[in-house]
Amino acid sequence: MITLTDFLIVSAALFCVGLYMIVSKQNAIQILIGIELMLNAAILNLVAFGKYDRLNNGGQIFALFAIVLAAATTAVALAIILNVYKQYKTIDPGKIDKLRD
Amino acid sequence: MSLAQLLFYIMAFIAIASALFVASTANLVRSIFMFFVTLFALAGLYVLALADFVAITQIVIYVGGILVLILFAFMLSGKETLNAIGQQPGRFISIKTLPAFLLAGLFLIVLVNMILKADADNLAWVKKAAVTKNMILPGSAMTENIGINLMTKYLLPFEAISVLLMVALIGAAHLSRKGEKQ
Repeated sequence: MITLTDFLIVSAALFCVGLYMIVSKQNAIQILIGIELMLNAAILNLVAFGKYDRLNNGGQIFALFAIVLAAATTAVALAIILNVYKQYKTIDPGKIDKLRD
Repeated sequence: MSLAQLLFYIMAFIAIASALFVASTANLVRSIFMFFVTLFALAGLYVLALADFVAITQIVIYVGGILVLILFAFMLSGKETLNAIGQQPGRFISIKTLPAFLLAGLFLIVLVNMILKADADNLAWVKKAAVTKNMILPGSAMTENIGINLMTKYLLPFEAISVLLMVALIGAAHLSRKGEKQ
């Protein structure tokens, strides 16, 4: 039997890998992938708990909405990254430090 | 150990190992392609959690939409962009990434400790769900359940998310337009 705790531990491990990527990467697209990893860990959590809620099905429906929101987030974030690259000629987040043009 | 448990361990191992590879490689293209593997392994985990519709949606939208979008945005940039952001300096284990390691490692210890203490299998509502037929069984028709719920109980978030998608579409199209020649 696959227990709920197994799913939660896998989700925690993926969340921490995503957290490491966000904090330490010097490339905006890899930071974006780290954010996606954290989102996927949360969606795994939702789906694991959703198994015990068949009538309201809150877990799986929330997971579907989270996937759609991740898609919208990624599209806008990529557009912003491309614009920032056109302006600064680099996507190292450490070098993007001015508020004005 | 049943076949489902064995499959769960295999999928979980693939997901975590490919996520570690995504985090550790300096080459951007390699990390994007290994992220494909992570997402497929996660879809397998969703199937094992009896969420088949979410697994198919994950493959169609996440792998087939979001990752392809990231790949396009990266590969269709100019040659200077590819050279500038393709290869990153720095190694995986170095003194500069030590704070990040500490943060992620300690947070993992906190989360695992909390999960083991919470003992999610023995929560009152979880145990009651198995008794009152509120649990998803391997034969349930989940797609029909999702369809009915989405149109009755969750109609407001459904409409709100369609407005949000339109806003995101307009925003992304506006942000990536060609600027006027200066």
